[in-house]
Amino acid sequence: MIELKNIKKSFNGRPILDDINLTINDGEILAIVGPSGAGKTTLLRALAGLGDIDSGEILLDGKPFDPRSSDLKNNVIGVVFQDYNLFPNLTVWENVTLAPKMVLKMTKTALENEIKPILTHLKLAGKEGLYPFELSGGMKQRVAIARALAMKPSVLAYDEPTSALDPSMRTEVSNLLLDLKKDGVTQIVVTHDIELADKIADKIFRVNAIS
Amino acid sequence: MQYIETILPSLLAGVLVTLKVFVLTIIGALPLGILAGLGLKSEFKIIRWLLNGYVWLMRGTPLLLQLIFVFYGLPLINITFDRLDAALFAFILNYAAYFAEIFRGGFQAIPIGQYEAAKVLRLTPWQTQRKIILPQVIKNVIPPVGNEVINLIKDSSLVYVIGIGDLLRAGNIDAARDVTLVPYILVGVIYLLLTAVTTIGLRRLEKYYNYYR
Repeated sequence: MIELKNIKKSFNGRPILDDINLTINDGEILAIVGPSGAGKTTLLRALAGLGDIDSGEILLDGKPFDPRSSDLKNNVIGVVFQDYNLFPNLTVWENVTLAPKMVLKMTKTALENEIKPILTHLKLAGKEGLYPFELSGGMKQRVAIARALAMKPSVLAYDEPTSALDPSMRTEVSNLLLDLKKDGVTQIVVTHDIELADKIADKIFRVNAIS
Repeated sequence: MQYIETILPSLLAGVLVTLKVFVLTIIGALPLGILAGLGLKSEFKIIRWLLNGYVWLMRGTPLLLQLIFVFYGLPLINITFDRLDAALFAFILNYAAYFAEIFRGGFQAIPIGQYEAAKVLRLTPWQTQRKIILPQVIKNVIPPVGNEVINLIKDSSLVYVIGIGDLLRAGNIDAARDVTLVPYILVGVIYLLLTAVTTIGLRRLEKYYNYYR
């Protein structure tokens, strides 16, 4: 369970996040919706340790944690970026296994045993040797998901998962997220796509543009 | 033809010296250039300021002057180098400055998203550089670095002024002794061969890095 308490953040004196309180239970999908500029991405970046907050607290299972600390026990949030940010110089397999190998120090056997099933599950079996430029948008997204899952995060967070894809892919994305939910993955979806949020989310959190 | 055979050994000895200056300069200047390139976008103002000064100095004055300064100037304040060391010192510092600017541009061209993706995967800055950023930078900078490398082959002839027996000097001695144009033409042909081989090598390298886009 992740709790956000009284999260505040402003840019140049203009409040972006104004006292956000939010709970995400294990296995849930939480959608964060709102117009552009309302701070959805800012909130996600704060959770991922890519941006800081002015005040407030983030708790994991009741204990405070700092997403910005490089301490491995804070390896809580996996992020699927809007344009995936795959590493173009690495193959699918290398993209997904680089961090487990270098950070989690997983052995070759452990990688085979633990990462292969993730790839198979995400319909990426047989694509291990391809480079990102050889993949379709949907495949890139699944590699990004596999790469995040390989680090065994408590929560998987998506920034606008449908915006870089063809509209016809929307159903595929929602099925994928619901599938992962069945596996018990806790997910946060930042999106302006209300329809997607309605379809998949257990909880919808609205951030409003503060004027 | 017989004349060519008689002067070829001295020219080839000169080629070896030219190649020595060339190879050792590349070996010294490339790593230094990468480091300085990283330093040029350092968050510490003083480092940026110093490195910008260095690049300005090296690119803003003639390499010939730098060479003369190191070999003939520095001994006046009791810093002496032997000829080859003086040449390498000047060439490495000069070329590292050009490489630094090229690499700075190369690093800047990498999208911030690459760093962020690495960060959320908990990779350390060093791991991020080594596995993700540098390989992409190297691919991007091969054409401009290649330009400088070709320039260096020809610039290496400047060591002539501090009395190093490179290819040009060897040819010049032969031409003066035998009062003929032939050595100069041969020297030109050898430079052309050297740049041709280097160009082909650079093309291959570019091609090799085309395995991804």
